[in-house]
Amino acid sequence: MSKKVLTTPIKDEDLKEIRIGDIIYLTGTLVTCRDVAHRRLIEEKIPLPVDLKGKAIFHAGPIVRDLGNENYEIVSIGPTTSMRMEKFEKEFIEETGVKLIVGKGGMGKNTEEGCKNHKALHLVYPAGNAVYAATKVEQIREVHWKDLGMPESLWVCEVNEFGPLIVSIDTEGNNIFEENKVEFNKKKEEQYELISKQVRFIK
Amino acid sequence: MSVIMEKLQKKEKMTDLMARFVSLVSYKLPDDVENKLKELSEEEDNKLAKIIYKTMFDNQKLAYELKRPSCQDTGVLQFFVKCGQNFPLIGQLDSILRDSVYKSTQETPLRHNSVETFDEYNTGKNIGDGSPSIFWEIAEDSDKVEIYTYMAGGGCTLPGVATVLMPGEGYEGVVKFVLDRMTSYGINACPPLLVGVGVGTSVETAAMNSKKALMRPVGSRNENENAAKMEKLLEDGINAIGLGPQGLKGSKSVMGVNVVNTARHPSTIGVAVNTGCWSHRRGKITFDSNLNYEISTHEGVTL
Repeated sequence: MSKKVLTTPIKDEDLKEIRIGDIIYLTGTLVTCRDVAHRRLIEEKIPLPVDLKGKAIFHAGPIVRDLGNENYEIVSIGPTTSMRMEKFEKEFIEETGVKLIVGKGGMGKNTEEGCKNHKALHLVYPAGNAVYAATKVEQIREVHWKDLGMPESLWVCEVNEFGPLIVSIDTEGNNIFEENKVEFNKKKEEQYELISKQVRFIK
Repeated sequence: MSVIMEKLQKKEKMTDLMARFVSLVSYKLPDDVENKLKELSEEEDNKLAKIIYKTMFDNQKLAYELKRPSCQDTGVLQFFVKCGQNFPLIGQLDSILRDSVYKSTQETPLRHNSVETFDEYNTGKNIGDGSPSIFWEIAEDSDKVEIYTYMAGGGCTLPGVATVLMPGEGYEGVVKFVLDRMTSYGINACPPLLVGVGVGTSVETAAMNSKKALMRPVGSRNENENAAKMEKLLEDGINAIGLGPQGLKGSKSVMGVNVVNTARHPSTIGVAVNTGCWSHRRGKITFDSNLNYEISTHEGVTL
């Protein structure tokens, strides 16, 4: 099977056939965007300094080396817990036209709706693999909102075949983590019944 | 050379060695964790899980070659110190460890993670009021110091929780408390996890025990027979849930479950859970009084 690579700008039809559990790679513009950037856009109504239409955001706080003269190098970059942005993500998708949201772990109902209504995907980059990811970043083109500190700044990255990215919410609003959770919880109850009989140490 | 000069030089030397040790921990996993991940990946037959494991091994290789933090979230540093009463730098150790974090942050570099609470600003130095955290024990009649260095990101810190159960809830209550945390916050904490369970009287004794449990090697067993039995039951039980790497399903969920226990008040069972992610960056270094060092967690590595 050939490697599925999406290139920005991404259009609705590029995502139509993609379903949860699929693996894709990204070439083009990926902008780091975390808690405060979401909060500023949605709650404070401060426009983002980057046009995200058809592009991708990364819930990530990287380690960046300052090379001077506005030149920067990504040392280590990996995803943070996406659920923290759940409160804002639906509106964020609406406002920005962003097509890919890359992060870690699942997201909830709001993001499912956002992805369904505006044809976007939530994707998981396997966390903890920050050096591997850094080698897929070709350059940092711009940086904005540096007042937020290194992890929270908007680092505008150009990436080449960035991945593997596992589709966790697709454009129909299917959610792999929610499906898995049902199974995990059922198995947890079974295990609790089994184990609790064997740990009656208080007689 | 004056005694004061000699002490200053020793302090500088130890700060430098500790800074290099902190950097090492950021880019190389301890042997027990590396070996367990290899074992788990070999047992895996889920396609997605296999791809994730491959990314993990590629990443660790690159991190070691490039000497870069293998995960960008290098945490707020924690040190667990067992210091001999006669270790010559006993009084300087707090400032040595603090300075070593600052130095390593500049040199590696590590991420700036220290945010002053209530004033809510990032110090930009990776050190702050009371951070790094330094937890002390004093050893009698010894001139050595053992230091566990631990770097936990936000993701695997989030599942941390402690409570006090009534004795009527028994160890069954402990099991329920641990399992519930696995299928809620555990999925996001970057499995396969190392699960630390602490049992004691109150929230702080249980919490400290659960963190100490994460310093114990993967695959080790509690000396108490019942505690060891519970470790095994929980390990098999959580594995049977099949969280897989990144919580995206797979044949296993954890690298292991370690329990640390201390005696309790008859009316209470304090219990706590702490999790270490697959990228469980901890290291143990021991210095003698002349600052010769030994690293027991990373075989064949020198600073």
